[in-house]
Amino acid sequence: MGAYLVRRLALMVLTLFGMSVVIFVLLRIVPGNIADILFDSAGMVDPAEKARIVAELGLDQPIAAQYLKWIGGLFQGDLGYSYLSEKPTIEEIAPRIPITAKLALLALIFSTVIGVPLGVISAVRQNSGLDYVIRVLSLSGLSLPSFWLGLLILMAAVRYFGDIPIYTRTPASLWDELLLYSLPAAAVGFRSSALVMRLTRSSMLEVLRQDYIRTARSKGASAAAVNFNHGLRNAVLPVITIIGIEAAFLLGGLIVTETVFNIPGVARFLVEAIRWRDYPIVQNLVMFIALVVVVVNLIVDLLYSALDPRIRYAD
Amino acid sequence: MTDSRIDFTAADHAAELARAGAHVTGWRGATLLLIRRYPLGAIGAVIFTLFVFAAVFADVVAPMDPLSTNSRASLAAPSATYLLGADFMGRDVFSRLVYGARISLAVGLGATALGCLFGILVGLLSGYLGGWIDLVVQRVIDIMQSLPLLVMALVMAASLGPSLRNTIIAIAIPLVPNVARVIRSNTLSLREMPFVEAARAVGMGELRIALRHVLPNTLAPIIVLATAQLGSTILTEASLSFLGLGVPEPHPSWGRMLSESAAEYVRTAPWLVIFPGVAISLIVFGTNLLGDAVRDILDPRQRS
Amino acid sequence: MVVQSASASAALDDGVVLDVRGLKTYFYTRQGLLKAVDDVSFAVRKGETLAIVGESGCGKSITALSLIRLVPTPPGRIVGGAVSLAGTDLLRLDEKAMRGVRGNDISMIFQEPMTSLNPVMTIGRQIGEALILHQGLTRAAALARAVEMLQLVRIPEPEQRARDYPHQLSGGMRQRAMIAMALACNPKVLIADEPTTALDVTIQAQILDLIVDLQRQLGTAVILITHDLGVVAETAQRVIVMYAGRKVEEAPASELFARPLHPYTSGLMASIPRLDLIRGHVEAGRLQEIPGMVPALTDLPTGCAFAPRCQFAVDRCHADYPPYEEKRPGRWAACWRSDELYGAAHA
Repeated sequence: MGAYLVRRLALMVLTLFGMSVVIFVLLRIVPGNIADILFDSAGMVDPAEKARIVAELGLDQPIAAQYLKWIGGLFQGDLGYSYLSEKPTIEEIAPRIPITAKLALLALIFSTVIGVPLGVISAVRQNSGLDYVIRVLSLSGLSLPSFWLGLLILMAAVRYFGDIPIYTRTPASLWDELLLYSLPAAAVGFRSSALVMRLTRSSMLEVLRQDYIRTARSKGASAAAVNFNHGLRNAVLPVITIIGIEAAFLLGGLIVTETVFNIPGVARFLVEAIRWRDYPIVQNLVMFIALVVVVVNLIVDLLYSALDPRIRYAD
Repeated sequence: MTDSRIDFTAADHAAELARAGAHVTGWRGATLLLIRRYPLGAIGAVIFTLFVFAAVFADVVAPMDPLSTNSRASLAAPSATYLLGADFMGRDVFSRLVYGARISLAVGLGATALGCLFGILVGLLSGYLGGWIDLVVQRVIDIMQSLPLLVMALVMAASLGPSLRNTIIAIAIPLVPNVARVIRSNTLSLREMPFVEAARAVGMGELRIALRHVLPNTLAPIIVLATAQLGSTILTEASLSFLGLGVPEPHPSWGRMLSESAAEYVRTAPWLVIFPGVAISLIVFGTNLLGDAVRDILDPRQRS
Repeated sequence: MVVQSASASAALDDGVVLDVRGLKTYFYTRQGLLKAVDDVSFAVRKGETLAIVGESGCGKSITALSLIRLVPTPPGRIVGGAVSLAGTDLLRLDEKAMRGVRGNDISMIFQEPMTSLNPVMTIGRQIGEALILHQGLTRAAALARAVEMLQLVRIPEPEQRARDYPHQLSGGMRQRAMIAMALACNPKVLIADEPTTALDVTIQAQILDLIVDLQRQLGTAVILITHDLGVVAETAQRVIVMYAGRKVEEAPASELFARPLHPYTSGLMASIPRLDLIRGHVEAGRLQEIPGMVPALTDLPTGCAFAPRCQFAVDRCHADYPPYEEKRPGRWAACWRSDELYGAAHA
């Protein structure tokens, strides 16, 4: 177990290192930096001014030097300054994280609570009318763009509450907050719940075909006992993996959802930073997202081994 | 499932056999059987075909030029002239949706094909050759998979710059690791198959074995994977364009039609919000239905 | 068609635990109607071992599953017959009542000990499950009883093994655990579907010995499904030979091996490397196989199903299905040429 953990952690570091190189290079092969954008769109014209900005941000140095400066700073806890706001990157990113984290958590709860039971029902009643309804529902979950679903929800809000919910102010109470956040969480969680449901269904169907299910039936166990004690206990293992992966990957869906609902979280912030070529924000944020993904993956694998007696990471 | 109560009278052999699809002959009969067995897949095929038709014959189907503006028709509500209304610049929404099918399908099919092509190549090499190549590929895949697909596509799209071609590439690249993984694991098991050993025994070259024996046997998973990915690439294009980092003007992209209208039109011109979303959802829904049926047909493990 | 569906054993003495009459299980498939079990009758008595023998696809496993009504539906369906257990026709019970029979009165051991046990549940819990269900034991009592059962099937360190998961046990140990599970509620009938096929040869003998021993101890009736005549010779008192969904021969084991009355049976015997079993017309010391393949059940010939592979087949065999009849006392077979080939009755 210890050796396994050490190997996994080493691979994680390697992955993050690779990601840091990739994101750094990718950002710098983009034609145009923030100075160009400022001068193109903001109507600045003085070339000397532009050169001064470029030099001040270190954009005239070789890429390798810029990279080392960034990584060196990272190890000292210095994430640099946002080009745009000129505030420390950490101060820009940190306050936005809890907002996105709350949304992701709500969406995840939503998708698990809805996805798992529907998946089980759909598998147990395979090819019944109910199965078809659930399958169509879940497929539509995978088909509706979450930003459109968000827009539809806003439309409904306008119609029933007279206005669009506002996310920039601090909510009055926990209840208000929950209510406010559950709208975008549903918009993004619908897709995840569809994924969870589909995986639960196929995993359950796979398990229900196994010989040990027949054994359980031959012992005289009832359908419910067979489905839950023998079926779900086995089927739930891959489902945990997908829920874990979704936890990290919800960020993708949150990018558009936060944009639609105008929520000041990290996901929308990433898009804004990309648009403005605000390198310090983009690269640090991407590294943060990658860190979350690899850590969640590790947690999922450890959880899996705890739940499946066949898997022991002995080597 | 087992019969809960045995009902001998229900043993109507002819009806039971018809349900099971016995005595089906000819391609017409086989098609009908497929439709009956996979009704959802058939619906998906119809939806998908309709969109392909609209895309191919957009010049005939669309009543107006999707790009011509008309200030007097700005934000016109749906009417006989403007079937689905007009946008802020007075362009016909219906015509733009019809032409948008071209963009959506071009990016969807293009990115899926490109991503699968590279994924197959990488997966085949990695799985078949093994050794240090495999190790390196595995680590690169780890890196690429450490970002959510949309985030990866977003970064790619931003660094490549906005154009139709670049959008296709930006969406294709995050697909590569997914495809490569599946192909690699398939290749690994195929490599140990007796017929591969036999080919080696008669002195067939490794490259030839890989192309002649291993690749054709990964065809079914590739088709399943490709149809499953198609819906998600179409959605990714819509998301990228919605965020303003996808297909640029003047192409009528469904995703951008929504971003242009987004929140403010929620109150004033809901048709600008509803119809492009319906188009995206429908085509992805159709593709997903089709993809599910294809998987059920080709993947024997999923069969019931 | 003298007494087509009557069972040979019906005429025998009492003590019958399970009486199967005219069982028909059909499969409705794309390829057509598949008569997996077609009019099969037999009875099994207390403490007796009845073997059902045949090549794979002859319907023997579906027969076994039909008895406890676990035929996969669709595509399969029991369409006729009666399975009487102590006077109750199991085919007419509702599902709830049937559940009370499974694992309690009739239990089953399957071929694959590797896949037939739930991988995420301990052995002890899996054995105890039937006890909790049928005897209302508490979890702790069931576990204690499970340990006793493990001891009964001669698994060393039973307390320890009861806490193990299936993957921690060897194939032979798992099959012992399966037997313990099946016998936990002391059933009247034990169906063993190819219980040794997936095991090593040395383990096979141990498992068979164990089944025979326990049967003697507990007086259980055993229905042994196998394709291996060697297994039959070691364990069974009576044998049914099935071909293409039907019974083709039935006899006491010793008599069957001494003189088969159906060319298929003698073909089966000729194809196993057991010289002491091979008598009759087949040349000793020479291993033979039955030419041809088992016919597709959807496309059976009009006459005798075995005729296309039978070296003795004549026109009549191809034209009409032979009646299943008593060729001599206690000896039943379905073959037109049985008398001329193997000697007439009372010869």
